[in-house]
Amino acid sequence: MRILGMDIGSRSVEAVWLQDRCVAESVIADSGFDPQTVAREFVDRAEHDALVVTGYGRHAAREAFGCDVVTEIKAYAMGVHALHPEAGSILDIGGQDTKVILLGDSGRVLDFEMNDKCAAGTGKFLEVMARALGFGLEEMADAAMNAGQHVTISSMCTVFAESEVTGLVHRGEDRAAIARGLHESIAKRTLSSLRRVGAAAPLVFAGGVANNDAIVSLITAGTGGSVIVPVEPQTVGAYGAALSALDSPGR
Amino acid sequence: MTETAAPDYRQIWADLGLDLESHDLLLEAVGDLYATTFLAQDNRPEAMGYLDFVMSEVHGLRIKELHDFRKAGGKVVGTYCLYVPEEIIRAAGAWGVGICAGAEWAYDQVEQVLPRNTCALIKSMMGFELGRVCPYLEEADLLVGETTCDGKKKAYEIMGASLNMHVMELPQMKREKDLTFWRDEIVELMRKIEEMTGKKVTAESLKAAIVEVNDKRRALQRVNTARAASPAPISGKDSLLATQVAFYDDVPRFTKMMNTLADELEARAARGDGVAPKSAKRVLVTGTPMALPNWKLHDIIERAGGVVVGEEMCTGSRYYDKLVSEDATTLDEMIDDIAEKYLDINCACFTPNQGRIDDVLRMAGELDADGVIDYTLSFCGTYQIEASSVEKAVKGAGLPVLRIETDYSAEDVGQLSTRVEAFLEML
Repeated sequence: MRILGMDIGSRSVEAVWLQDRCVAESVIADSGFDPQTVAREFVDRAEHDALVVTGYGRHAAREAFGCDVVTEIKAYAMGVHALHPEAGSILDIGGQDTKVILLGDSGRVLDFEMNDKCAAGTGKFLEVMARALGFGLEEMADAAMNAGQHVTISSMCTVFAESEVTGLVHRGEDRAAIARGLHESIAKRTLSSLRRVGAAAPLVFAGGVANNDAIVSLITAGTGGSVIVPVEPQTVGAYGAALSALDSPGR
Repeated sequence: MTETAAPDYRQIWADLGLDLESHDLLLEAVGDLYATTFLAQDNRPEAMGYLDFVMSEVHGLRIKELHDFRKAGGKVVGTYCLYVPEEIIRAAGAWGVGICAGAEWAYDQVEQVLPRNTCALIKSMMGFELGRVCPYLEEADLLVGETTCDGKKKAYEIMGASLNMHVMELPQMKREKDLTFWRDEIVELMRKIEEMTGKKVTAESLKAAIVEVNDKRRALQRVNTARAASPAPISGKDSLLATQVAFYDDVPRFTKMMNTLADELEARAARGDGVAPKSAKRVLVTGTPMALPNWKLHDIIERAGGVVVGEEMCTGSRYYDKLVSEDATTLDEMIDDIAEKYLDINCACFTPNQGRIDDVLRMAGELDADGVIDYTLSFCGTYQIEASSVEKAVKGAGLPVLRIETDYSAEDVGQLSTRVEAFLEML
């Protein structure tokens, strides 16, 4: 039985094909301006017996493909539990959302927290800040890791923080130190979210921002526990969506 | 709705000084929203036809009734909050109407007067006035405000510059001396309305008003008791609408129609006929009031497959749960009873406000709720701060809780839907 799981997110679309419960293939593509077209290419690419979609484009996909949908929260919980059954909680920082999920027995969602409408501290925030500092994304994370000092960034709002960063650049602050400050501000906000939910160890860090080594090391230091980053942190949602098809009645 | 409006309504709106062009836009927007939110539901109770009719005539027939009443010398009193005792208004021969404040309107004008970070309810209240689109506001001979929060208190000052406004001071504690103070405020309101209508409130007229309003609350209690059946015989949206309409519809007529609705719901419950499957997750909503036409959260919850089984809100149980005692025989005793009943409402403007938390826990049990959603409007400080105590108490009782902070705009519907869907999946 072949199952396609897709995560149609704000920045990227991920597709995972399962063949008899094992990952046959996984692909990540830019959402671009028309994520549903990107999704359709994946759907048309190969035969599948079931299709489940998660991510903010799930409702549009249900209309287009008549597929089942699950929320990102459930998809991540299922994906993480399958990959790391020992996980106590999940941190997912994506393109415009941050989610913290507390897991119970057998990967059941006990509680979760998700940011409100603003994109503070998400992948989008990092992209905007990298541009303001003239860095590439990975370059910025490296600079932050290696910065000897940090500048405190007080704004978490993407728009205000961009103004603040511009002000700091004009004042002649070292941009690596600014980058360090930006990463620390995200980590601080994320850690308070983890504390509010009572995130249990070990913590699995997934979503696109888990590719950022600076954030991972700051979160690891802040939690004082072990943080596990899956091999392909972005595709965990699509993988979980695919797994949810196996759970559905009659399959 | 504009196409079907009888021409004399347009004349009334023009006479009231409404901005007809903006008003058309408002009616069209509310009509569209009503169609997609309410009319598109499956298997609705037949008796909801009455509320469909009332809503289709929201600025039509009811306004004509108020207009005719005033032509014959009657007085209309507009209110913004359920602390203003409608029994007193009716006993003095006036009609009370709750003024809507549940949609984003004329914010460009509002933000010239109020700070941007003011709660949506206050901005809407001001927007309907500045935009000149609310016929109820224009029909009101007197507006009665109340000091339930700093924002409303200061906004009433601004509105009072151009409107006939009376503000009641609501105590923020519930001690004996607060009750005495509150009783004086009620007497002052009574004098004010008596002066306006030229009619003295008597033991007979107040007793009749108490019974009449109690009957309305009893009818809503019946609707909401029947609603608690599993499967739910009526959607949360429809039940919420019933409470919202209670604030401005003709009292005896509304009572009669709600009893008809309750009859139908009881029959549905008896034969197990529901609007959602028995397996649908049951949600209790608590928090800030949802003024007409704010149906945003209920719509999100029920589109996600949940069913709202109760509202611990001013547009919910706080409105109909408690009755004024009908035992008193003298006017003074009746006013005592009214003061007591109204001060017993559990708004977050009071400290302490343990009564609200007790109500949430009690209702969650009685309604067999699977989870609680705590709903607050952004910048509504008292409810936002109280949310952490509510969350702690509900979780302590072993029930999941989701905190939602939002406003009247549609921009966060996508994210809210994800959170609500995930919450329902979790239950």
